[in-house]
Amino acid sequence: MNTFSFSDLLRRPESGAVLGLLFVLVFFVIFGSVEFLKPAGAASWLNVAANLGIVAIPVGLLMISGELDISIGAMIPAGALTVGIISGQFGLPIWVGIAGALGLGVIVGLINGLLVVNTAVPSLIVTLGTLFAVQGLALGFSVLLTGTTSVALSPAESGAIAKALFGQFIGGGFQVTIFWWLLFTAVYVFYVHYSPFGNWLFAMGGDRVSARNAGIPTDKLTITLFVLSSVSAAFVGMCQAILFNVAQVSAGMTFIFNSIISVVVGGVLLTGGFGSVIGIFLGTITFAIVNQGIYFTSFDRNWSSLIIGAMLLLAVLMNNTFRIMALTYSPKKK
Amino acid sequence: MTAAILELRNVNKSFGPIDVLHDISLKVHAGEVLCLLGDNGAGKSTLIKTLAGVYQPTSGELLMDGQPVSFEGPREAQKAGISTVHQFGGTFPLMSIGRSFFIGAEPTKGFWPFKIYDRNKANEIAVKAVQEFGITRIDDGDRLIGGLSGGERQSLAIARAVHFGARVLILDEPTAALGVKQASHVLRIVLEARKRGIAVIFITHQVTHAMAVGDHFAVLIRGAVAANFRKGEKSREEITDLMAGGEAMAALEAAISSHSLASETNPPAA
Ligand SMILES: Nc1ncnc2c1ncn2[C@@H]1O[C@H](COP(=O)(O)OP(=O)(O)OP(=O)(O)O)[C@@H](O)[C@H]1O
Ligand SMILES: [Mg+2]
Repeated sequence: MNTFSFSDLLRRPESGAVLGLLFVLVFFVIFGSVEFLKPAGAASWLNVAANLGIVAIPVGLLMISGELDISIGAMIPAGALTVGIISGQFGLPIWVGIAGALGLGVIVGLINGLLVVNTAVPSLIVTLGTLFAVQGLALGFSVLLTGTTSVALSPAESGAIAKALFGQFIGGGFQVTIFWWLLFTAVYVFYVHYSPFGNWLFAMGGDRVSARNAGIPTDKLTITLFVLSSVSAAFVGMCQAILFNVAQVSAGMTFIFNSIISVVVGGVLLTGGFGSVIGIFLGTITFAIVNQGIYFTSFDRNWSSLIIGAMLLLAVLMNNTFRIMALTYSPKKK
Repeated sequence: MTAAILELRNVNKSFGPIDVLHDISLKVHAGEVLCLLGDNGAGKSTLIKTLAGVYQPTSGELLMDGQPVSFEGPREAQKAGISTVHQFGGTFPLMSIGRSFFIGAEPTKGFWPFKIYDRNKANEIAVKAVQEFGITRIDDGDRLIGGLSGGERQSLAIARAVHFGARVLILDEPTAALGVKQASHVLRIVLEARKRGIAVIFITHQVTHAMAVGDHFAVLIRGAVAANFRKGEKSREEITDLMAGGEAMAALEAAISSHSLASETNPPAA
């Protein structure tokens, strides 16, 4: 029973993500060079993967639970601006700025969660609303308080400790956020796949009413997940502001599609109830490699969008097949 | 007869302007099967959902062991020992048998915050419970629910409720999706639970099944208790008429049910 078998592997949610990752690795080694696997090359896609991955996992968990959160696109710059305004513009201690950014994440997450739970409005629409609202708010306050939409946050204002924890390059090009990403991933893997909490999540995504009837606090869980994704987005924005010494309004919107692509390539079922953290993790790396690997080839970078598009469709088709395999599996003698 | 485990006193339930339950008063005793009968839309499921903590009564009282109780949600009802198999759903297609069996009551090992879901234990207990139910084809708790037949899923849901049903077991049309053999298994489970002193509330549209296990019958017509009687106080024809909402149905029903009675009295092979 515990012996390894290829068919056991194929029934897991992340099987498509493993194949996808292998495929893009081979693709870019053939058409590019092995350079992108060496430290300098790896740093480029690991940095992309880390920032994206910290947001993609909670977004993926929401998708497993049957919800969507696109307001992260505004929360990332909002998190950056909050720390920039509080600590850069007003010179308050960096910890106040960090607390402010994460606190804003909690508030927006609560608003998303409470609206989704207490109204019949689909989460796509609710978070579309908060996406624009938060973006407007961030822009408005930024211009009102600083007169610009790009707020400087000097290393001195960040301080050595915060800079080392959230905003330094290690070994040349590796952002310290990579370590946060790995840490968060490990924590998510534990809570989603090894603790009872994960069971509740999958039950809720599979059949919300039955999960509630079985005694699972579905409302609380949903709100928690929305808070998690907003705070994660604010965290990424905050790290970027400390890293680049400036908070900008622009970056963020691309995260919406990129995180959804990573999650789906990672094997999460769009309608909920199925998926894995490792799958999302691998999906994020796959996305980041395609996104950055194109620079190591002789292709024009615009082709990377084509690859990502094709990969997404392929992933959805493959994941359907794997899911059917998982469903029809019945153990014969072994 | 001892005090009722569960009692409803003048319970009303409305959804906004729609009144579904009117002034329901019922008692459920330990070691007794209460059959809840009534036409489609009579309010049976709504009634048991108020007992299961899914809905709160609009007015009226719920008493357990003579003490007023109110369930904030399904979890509170479960904690009080009320375990329910709802009419629809209850199983999760993309979850494994073991995981779905223990939803909301996962066995764990280790200490907080490192409590680990005990997969082997969950699988073992779940498979054993379903096999005891006569579904011997299920022998791997890692199989996904979506790969099971409708009846197997229902059996799993009932096995789950029986496993967790400490004092009151509520079954909403448990035999609806089941084969003859599995249906008689359910009836046997109900009788077994009764013997163990559990109070059972059993909803069915089949007179034969009702008469086979019921000690006490309550018929709902448009959300009100139209009849409330004990075993032997009414004839099969009278019950059938009441179940159809008071219309004369007896002739047709009797013909059909005498047919199904023949197959049901055959003891199952297991
Ligand atoms: N959440 C709700 N909101 C509004 N009306 C409801 C709700 N739930 C049930 N009803 C109404 O209450 C009535 C009783 O429904 P209920 O499901 O309790 O019937 P039932 O006796 O279980 O029927 P069946 O035998 O078909 O299962 C129906 O007319 C239904 O439309
Ligand atoms: Mg019903």
